[in-house]
Amino acid sequence: MTVIIDYQAGNLTSVVRSLKALGVMGEVTQDPEVVAKARRVIFPGVGAAGKAMATLRQLGLDQALLQCFNRGIPILGICLGAQIILTHSEENDTPCLGLLPGRTLALPLKPGLKIPHMGWNKVRFLRPHAVFKGLPEAAEYYFVHSYYPAPAQAAMVLGVTEHGVEFPSAVGWRNLVATQFHPEKSGRFGLQILENFLAWDGSHAE
Amino acid sequence: MLSKRIIPCLDVRDGRTTKGIKFLNNVDVGDPVEMARLYYEAGADELVFYDITASSDRREIMIEVVRRVAAAIFIPFSVGGGIRNLDDIRAVLLAGAEKVSVNTAAVLDPALITAGALAFGSQCIVLGMDVKRVAPSPKIPSGYEMVIHGGRTPMGLDARWWAQEAVRLGAGEICLNSIDADGTQAGYELTLTRMISEAVTIPVIASGGAGTPEHLCQVLTEGRADAALIASMVHYGTYTITEIKQYLDRRGIPVRLSW
Repeated sequence: MTVIIDYQAGNLTSVVRSLKALGVMGEVTQDPEVVAKARRVIFPGVGAAGKAMATLRQLGLDQALLQCFNRGIPILGICLGAQIILTHSEENDTPCLGLLPGRTLALPLKPGLKIPHMGWNKVRFLRPHAVFKGLPEAAEYYFVHSYYPAPAQAAMVLGVTEHGVEFPSAVGWRNLVATQFHPEKSGRFGLQILENFLAWDGSHAE
Repeated sequence: MLSKRIIPCLDVRDGRTTKGIKFLNNVDVGDPVEMARLYYEAGADELVFYDITASSDRREIMIEVVRRVAAAIFIPFSVGGGIRNLDDIRAVLLAGAEKVSVNTAAVLDPALITAGALAFGSQCIVLGMDVKRVAPSPKIPSGYEMVIHGGRTPMGLDARWWAQEAVRLGAGEICLNSIDADGTQAGYELTLTRMISEAVTIPVIASGGAGTPEHLCQVLTEGRADAALIASMVHYGTYTITEIKQYLDRRGIPVRLSW
């Protein structure tokens, strides 16, 4: 069963519909017991880190996610879900889930550069990974964010994107993979990533 | 590097598009869902639906369109027109749109922007601006005035001030329509677009006046726009999105060429 975690951080409709287009009925849940039994977890989300973490803790989903990570089932974080898996977020100075060591940082304000980083951009993949296989170099993905994940270990950065700075846009370690962009809104290349994720066994491709 | 977005805009009335498109074998397509799918496959970076439904059961018809579009395409799309309150915003987003554009209602009740941003995130809330050129005055120092009700009612509100105020209130993006340029196909209002784009930190979509790929080139460079709305030039098959993007690419403008 593929579970989509609902912690009241944005609209999950597009994630659900993308899975449906791939022939998978995802189960949207706020229930930590359902998450605990999941075989595969998608952890989406948009919005502010502070409120998101408060809701996750209140619902007991922080512990459920940690258990999923420790159980070794495949987990996909998207957008905010790629940020609050780290130890800390600069947004609202928020202690986060700490599944991976690292910090979520603000995109720097520069003259002529718009924040949020909104629209289509490329990802330069640095290491091979089962979830990102079969994607052409020219592919672009849909981003909308003002913060980005900065894992403590370089080996956890799978891909980078440029918007004023070069930032990690695809992150992964063990059974966890996460994208700052939205695969569910990134056309057929995004669907390819979701399809790859649904077929992934959670083992880390070296 | 962030690509400049090319965004077809579809006017929808009572669940049908008001202008059929002829870009596929010259077949008229009036179903907004089918049009959305065709533009998705043709390389649109995003879509805008503008609801001009007159009937009283308007919400239900449009929400059903949004639901069907969301199941058919996997790029972002926004819905504008007739959004009056938080319930309207919620209904459109839960039906599957990524963004909602507020225009008249935001001018009349600016708190709606903040309420929408708090409930769903700034990235969902697009400020639609209909703007008309006027003589600069103490009240309208920029020389551009906000108009509402589809361009019929001038508000005595300075467009640059309102754009900055809306950002402060929580808008995540601006869709800037020039009433003067709209429908002319003679080019975007470059002075206005540049002024607003330089006045705010959030992305600005230019709207009104597109007739040729060169017009897009101008507004994305001189006009400092982050995205360009197009309608007739693609609806009537004069240009394909591929042709427009290839033109922009040759002019050195970053666009998404692979989809």
